[in-house]
Amino acid sequence: MDRGLLIISTLFFFLAMVWTTVAIKARRYRAAGFNFSAIALGFVCQTAFLTVRGHALGRCPLTNLFEVFIFLAWSVSLIYLLIGPAYRLSLMGAFTAPFVFGLQAFALLSPIDVPHPRVASPSPWLEMHASVSLIAYGAFALACVAGLMYLLQERQLKSRQINSLFYHFPPLTDLFAAITRLLWLGFVLLTFGIAAGFLTGQPLPYVKIAWSLGVWIFYAAILLARHLGTTAPRRIATLCVVAFSAALTLLWGITFLSQTHSL
Amino acid sequence: MNLFCVGLSHHTANVETRERFIGHAAIDRILREALGCSEAIFLTTCNRVEVYAASEQPIPTQRIAQCLLAEGMMAEDDEIEAFYRHEAQQCVQHLFRVASGLDSMVIGETEILGQVKKAYAAARESGAAGPLLHRLFQRAFRVAKQVRTKTGITRGAVSIGSVAVDLAEQIFGHFVTRKVLLLGAGEASERTARALVKRGVRDIRVTNRSPERAVALAALIEGRAVAMEDWESHCREVDILISSTAAATPLVTREKLAPLLHDRLDRPLFIIDIAVPRDVAPDVNEMEGVFLYDIDSLRSIAQQSLDLRRQQIAAGEEIIARHVDDFSGWFVSARERGSNSPQLGDPALRVSES
Repeated sequence: MDRGLLIISTLFFFLAMVWTTVAIKARRYRAAGFNFSAIALGFVCQTAFLTVRGHALGRCPLTNLFEVFIFLAWSVSLIYLLIGPAYRLSLMGAFTAPFVFGLQAFALLSPIDVPHPRVASPSPWLEMHASVSLIAYGAFALACVAGLMYLLQERQLKSRQINSLFYHFPPLTDLFAAITRLLWLGFVLLTFGIAAGFLTGQPLPYVKIAWSLGVWIFYAAILLARHLGTTAPRRIATLCVVAFSAALTLLWGITFLSQTHSL
Repeated sequence: MNLFCVGLSHHTANVETRERFIGHAAIDRILREALGCSEAIFLTTCNRVEVYAASEQPIPTQRIAQCLLAEGMMAEDDEIEAFYRHEAQQCVQHLFRVASGLDSMVIGETEILGQVKKAYAAARESGAAGPLLHRLFQRAFRVAKQVRTKTGITRGAVSIGSVAVDLAEQIFGHFVTRKVLLLGAGEASERTARALVKRGVRDIRVTNRSPERAVALAALIEGRAVAMEDWESHCREVDILISSTAAATPLVTREKLAPLLHDRLDRPLFIIDIAVPRDVAPDVNEMEGVFLYDIDSLRSIAQQSLDLRRQQIAAGEEIIARHVDDFSGWFVSARERGSNSPQLGDPALRVSES
């Protein structure tokens, strides 16, 4: 039942992705409407999946790598739906849908939905730590998406070769402002998530502490560079892409290797 | 009932011919009283002169053309040949294409819609527009809106000034807090500066070898004149630099800009160099955060936009074709309901003597 909801959600993201690709290829892309609605419907199904799974488990559904991936995909959709329209970033949906689709398709097709043996209710701080940290990752994912958009738009402006999507992109300064806000949102949430991890009262694995602090320091350094004004926006955008790619790989690696990360 | 359009445009006549057929104040009355049109709308722009009309009896093109000349003038045969005539559904299709900007010299330009609306309003006021043309023109406005919003036909700027402004918008978004420096007070930079002021720029500084010219231009565009020798210090503050001096060698080089931009790396600098020979060394574009466009690159973007617009023509034609069919259907159903409205299905409407 719950996987069915997830499959429907994945189909909505697939639909958004295909529609955008076809519209861009036919040079008929219109920013508003279909794409946003498809992502919103996908989000509703994701939420329903997580609710059903959470009720079945009796806890926040973050017990294995499969659920971690879906929760991350849900966080990305949530933050896109909250900030996309507000910051005139509707084209961001064209980049967000393939990312979420990829995450969910990978989770559905891989043999990673293995029931976790632990049944005891975890500490609320541990649940808070895991869920807030993953929402922070959602913000970093969108900072990465905005960074990619910035790099593409900057490249078009530098090369003076514009394509039909050029005028659909948000202005460079707006994209940079969105990157900054997303970085701050992710950073504040991650700080809160890490702090919650230390309040669980349980011994934390060294690898997890090192990884969490490593990610936190990386993003702190990016924010510092951004606010000192000594690093060009293009480099900040590149760093957002690099930081999230590295953090996602590490998240996957650590969660995969260490079952202790799951609740 | 005949529904037809007679006219000439940039497609069929040069400007010398077009400027002879400009019509006159009493054209509506002449078309109705002297020629027997039951309804008539006269559209004139710098690129076209057209009469859209409905009549019980066919009216020859030559008689309509003669009406468009000033009193006492006679139309030459070769001038008459420049006139086109569209009947019934072709007339409907032609108006929809004109209103949508598909028939314009610059494809997708939107000024034409305002001109069509003005022509319609004038005819309505004088009583020359009856139920048929009223319905036809209202539909044309709807079609034009749909073509504009559902295709990319109006996307991208196609003149040097508007390309520069559009690019600035893609970099900065809004202009209210942006600062602009005009290096040289030439006519081209003045036009671009005016366009930026129109879009909201409030802080505009003008410098020129001749301070008098700088002061005069600054007064015209509500900016302020600054000393030529201070242009480098202003570069630290401005977001947009428009250069059009008559200098023989580049004024703005990497070496000069590097120290100025060092402490503003997080703010882009858009440089529009419309001088020939160029005022800005081309390698400035390689600097971090600097976007340099010279006259050739602006022209190239304008051409790319035009190419993109041309690719949208088919999509616009599809929308128009649907509306032409639908409009014809409306006439047929009106006839079936016993309405006295003229009908496109009526053979008399389709065949008319030219």
